[in-house]
Amino acid sequence: MAAAAHGPTHHSSTGIDNRKLLMWIFLASECLFFGSLISTYLIFKGQSLVGPFPDEILDIPVTSASTFVLLMSSLSMVLAVYGAEHGRPRMMKLWLLVTVLLGLIFLGFQVYEFRTFGHEGLNLTTNQFGASFFVLTGFHGTHVGVGVLILASLLLASFRRSGLGPEAGFHVEVAGLYWHFVDIVWIVIFTVLYLIPQ
Amino acid sequence: MATAAGTMPVVGSHTGLWSWLTTVDHKRIGTLYGVTAMLFFMMGGVEALLIRTQLAVPNGTVVEAQLFNQLFTMHALTMIFLAIMPLGAAFFNWFVPLMIGARDVAFPRLNALSYWVFLAGGLLLVSSFVFGGAPDAGWFAYTPLSDKNHAGSGMDFYVIGLLALGLSSLIAALNFAVTIINMRAPGMTMMRLPVFIWMTLIVAFLLILSLPVLTVALIELLFDRKFETNFFIADNGGNPILWQHLFWVFGHPEVYILILPAFGIISEVLPVFSRKPLFGYSAVVFAGISIAVLGFAVWSHHMFTTGLGTVPQIVFSASTMAIAVPTGVKIFNWLGTMFGGSIRFTTAMYFAVSVIALFTIGGITGVMHAVVPVDTQQQDTYFIVAHLHYVLFGGAIMGIFSGIYYWFPKMTGRFLGEGLGKVQFWLFFVGMNLTFFPMHFLGVAGMPRRIYTYDDGLGWGMWNMVASIGSYIIALGMLVFVVNFLLSMRKPATAANDAWGLGATLEWSTSSPPPEHDFDVIPVVHDRDPLWYNRDHGITPEAPPAHQHIHMPPPSYYPLVMGGGVLLLGVGVLSHLAVTALGVVIIIYAAWAWTLEPTD
Amino acid sequence: MRSSGSSARRLVAFSVLLLFVLFAVACDEPQSTVVPKSDTAQQVHDLYLLVFWLGMIVFVGVTLAVFGFAIAFRERAGRQARQIHGNTRLEILWTFIPVVILVVMAVPTFQTIVDTTGDAPEGALEIVATGHQWWFEFEYPGQGVITANELHIPVDRPVSIRLKSVDVIHSFWAPQLSGKVDMVPGHENHLFFTPNEVGEYLGQCAEFCGTSHANMRFRVFVDTQADFDAWVASLQQERIQPADELAVAGEQVFTTGACIGCHTLRGTIAAARVGPDLTHVGGRTTLAAGIMDNTPENMARWLRNPPGVKPGSLMPNLNLTEDQIQQLVAYLESLQ
Repeated sequence: MAAAAHGPTHHSSTGIDNRKLLMWIFLASECLFFGSLISTYLIFKGQSLVGPFPDEILDIPVTSASTFVLLMSSLSMVLAVYGAEHGRPRMMKLWLLVTVLLGLIFLGFQVYEFRTFGHEGLNLTTNQFGASFFVLTGFHGTHVGVGVLILASLLLASFRRSGLGPEAGFHVEVAGLYWHFVDIVWIVIFTVLYLIPQ
Repeated sequence: MATAAGTMPVVGSHTGLWSWLTTVDHKRIGTLYGVTAMLFFMMGGVEALLIRTQLAVPNGTVVEAQLFNQLFTMHALTMIFLAIMPLGAAFFNWFVPLMIGARDVAFPRLNALSYWVFLAGGLLLVSSFVFGGAPDAGWFAYTPLSDKNHAGSGMDFYVIGLLALGLSSLIAALNFAVTIINMRAPGMTMMRLPVFIWMTLIVAFLLILSLPVLTVALIELLFDRKFETNFFIADNGGNPILWQHLFWVFGHPEVYILILPAFGIISEVLPVFSRKPLFGYSAVVFAGISIAVLGFAVWSHHMFTTGLGTVPQIVFSASTMAIAVPTGVKIFNWLGTMFGGSIRFTTAMYFAVSVIALFTIGGITGVMHAVVPVDTQQQDTYFIVAHLHYVLFGGAIMGIFSGIYYWFPKMTGRFLGEGLGKVQFWLFFVGMNLTFFPMHFLGVAGMPRRIYTYDDGLGWGMWNMVASIGSYIIALGMLVFVVNFLLSMRKPATAANDAWGLGATLEWSTSSPPPEHDFDVIPVVHDRDPLWYNRDHGITPEAPPAHQHIHMPPPSYYPLVMGGGVLLLGVGVLSHLAVTALGVVIIIYAAWAWTLEPTD
Repeated sequence: MRSSGSSARRLVAFSVLLLFVLFAVACDEPQSTVVPKSDTAQQVHDLYLLVFWLGMIVFVGVTLAVFGFAIAFRERAGRQARQIHGNTRLEILWTFIPVVILVVMAVPTFQTIVDTTGDAPEGALEIVATGHQWWFEFEYPGQGVITANELHIPVDRPVSIRLKSVDVIHSFWAPQLSGKVDMVPGHENHLFFTPNEVGEYLGQCAEFCGTSHANMRFRVFVDTQADFDAWVASLQQERIQPADELAVAGEQVFTTGACIGCHTLRGTIAAARVGPDLTHVGGRTTLAAGIMDNTPENMARWLRNPPGVKPGSLMPNLNLTEDQIQQLVAYLESLQ
């Protein structure tokens, strides 16, 4: 959201706002970013010389719970966008708050998971699984964190007297694009890392 | 800030150092890119001269092994990331808005940010020479040679510098993609875009899709070097070949990122000075798109000697050969453009025509490398050095100079001297052929790349001497260019709107140099060559209203502040955590202030 | 314009001439890629000639067109540019012609890939080549022989070379015998060929591998079967008795000094595998990975300061006295 376009936003060859187009193309780039990290994970699958190995350590029930939390945050995000676009600022604020909280809960799960793995002897340097797991999920977590920051900024800004201004729906919608993307990436990561048998 | 329309000279806040530091004008940012890149280009040239001086005779003693390895690594990094890419960016900045009939890019402040981050990355990379030695594991930085057990701090500068440069290119690419897709003048449909703009759009998408792969590779290398992971360390279960895959998934599209801007430039210059439209416009555009798509499917041809196995070798051999087809289409269409024309041989045209011939040589040797068994003899020899320089010097650099001579009057209102220009052209043309053609022979004679010394008695002495002489001739040509530039800048700015009297595209409809707002009236486009259409149909552009106020974005220093934050972030990774933290704080502050800054 | 046209034609003629010169001078280039001396190298070379001439046709065609059009269509009084936008039939034609050329190249290419990769022929002599910064180790598992930087193989018998590395990526390349294949740590590669002419062939590391990459060379001696057998027999000997007093002193210096930390001398306590096996170092023709002839003077020069001779050398300057150096030289040179 950092980039606000200048003057001639009224002129757009495609009818799509510049900022939204920027976000879409940026997300295409992000696909390749996570694609490369996931490829690295897959290439190192079964290549660890020492344990702990994934099937010994991954806690599918706990992570299913955190995945559910993140999925629900996509739902609340949709409701926040609906509120913003239909001139219902209270609805927007409520669901933005819920989304931020769900995002924070997801990050809490991740901190818990990382700490547990640490206690069980898995860290970045232990083996190939550790390195590729922590780098992949760590960068995903960072993306969730950035998303939480963006949504929290919008939430804070919405309490100004002018609220989010006449473009409130637009701002929340573009932030939502990013948030849904981060969710979808997690679905892929969850499937590849946790669900597909090792 | 409002600017009155017309040709009033710009004064006040438009001059002085501060105005350059805070500018968000695409033309000024283009100039910053161009001048910085030219300085880096000359630096890369000095590195090349040192390399060629060392190799001029067998058992050379000019530089030592260690320094030689730093020089060829930095020569590649400098030319690729600090010269050719930003020279392309200079043209994108200057001419994307002007050629699509827009008043600026979609995100002017992001545009400034991409320049400042580029400068930060370039300075970080180059500063390694002073802080413990430049990177010396090759620009491709193959692991394990680049890991913590085999390479010194130079490789940290490599990782941080390239991450910053990648960020800069990503920001610029996103900006230009949005600008081209969304800010075209009325009537400028996609299939009426100038080919240069098409190539810019393709390059932008190549960057957007390939840079994240390099970023991941660099992050993994950084973790291996700083945080004891073992992504690429074979002894501990890592996979050194993975680095090569990731690097070349970026690295091959990168080749097209370097060459397509030059293809775009000569696709403008050739029709204008042949006085006829580009032959087979659609074919040239689709050939460019096919090259870009196939460019993502050929990376392993850089790895034919790594033991890929029979089937992958066949697959990547086939995909690499396939790329020759659209490349050939382009060459034939350029020839078709010259055919039947009335060709005016300006310096720009000399350079453009030479690209067709020189790039063809690089293209043919490229196809030879698709033939895997032949490649196993040529890989990592001077044959490859010859090949890549025919593509990157014969193609990219000659194309860029064509663009400089062609657009210089638009950018400055002054012509570069045509006499000195032709002297420069012949020095470049003869120099580069003397330098790089003999390298084919050296490769065939078995001379590997990246060796700082070779014995007498291998039969390599003569051609190395010829190549070294050639490199000095190129340097002389560059000197002529600098003189030409300085002399031209002392002349008064007198160029007409349509400086060559032959222009087809929109940039020639506004003044030379253009006003800050580019166009007094946004043009309406009726054809692929709008100015020729207007000329042939007697259409005169609409006169500007008497008292119009055009809102242009005000200057902003937040891009500079954020660029400084990125610099500190990088310096911190290389030195102390506290500096990193300071960098992060500055970036967050700048982002916050940036968002709240009024833009009207 | 006229003058640039004729100089252009001269340039073309010059370029073509240069390419022919290439074949003429190839004989004086001992590391040449175009003088094949094995079945594999010959097959690769045949393919090279095919793509070379196909490439030449395209090169000459395009170059002639560029210069021809540049001259024929330069601006002249009264000339009007023909305003054509394209020609679909022509464009299809010049898309199709390259496809045909590429198919002509692709078929033999794929055939050669299949022939030159995959498994080595039955009964091939097996050799393990290992890359080190900056020298090659050659091991003959069937013969129980280890040597460095000088590979001996019999003529007309297939050899299969397994390629390994202990540190960074190197590449094994003896151009007259085979294309190069990389030596990658943790990823074994192999290549095979059948040499068809007795002789001495040069090789060199072809993947940048650090400071002294340029100084990582090797030689391949293709011997008659009898010579090869004799060579193997000599290398199978353990511990050669030092002949004279100086050499005895040299053995003493070697086995009580730092040398045994890195080197092997079979039959003595020296058994480390960091540096080259020196059991028969006196019998090699070159020193320090093929960068100088094996003479007593060069051996002394090397021992005096290895990194001075070969930058970055992992063998440090041992600060030997001049007496020790003379003793070691006498000893090592006696190890034939």
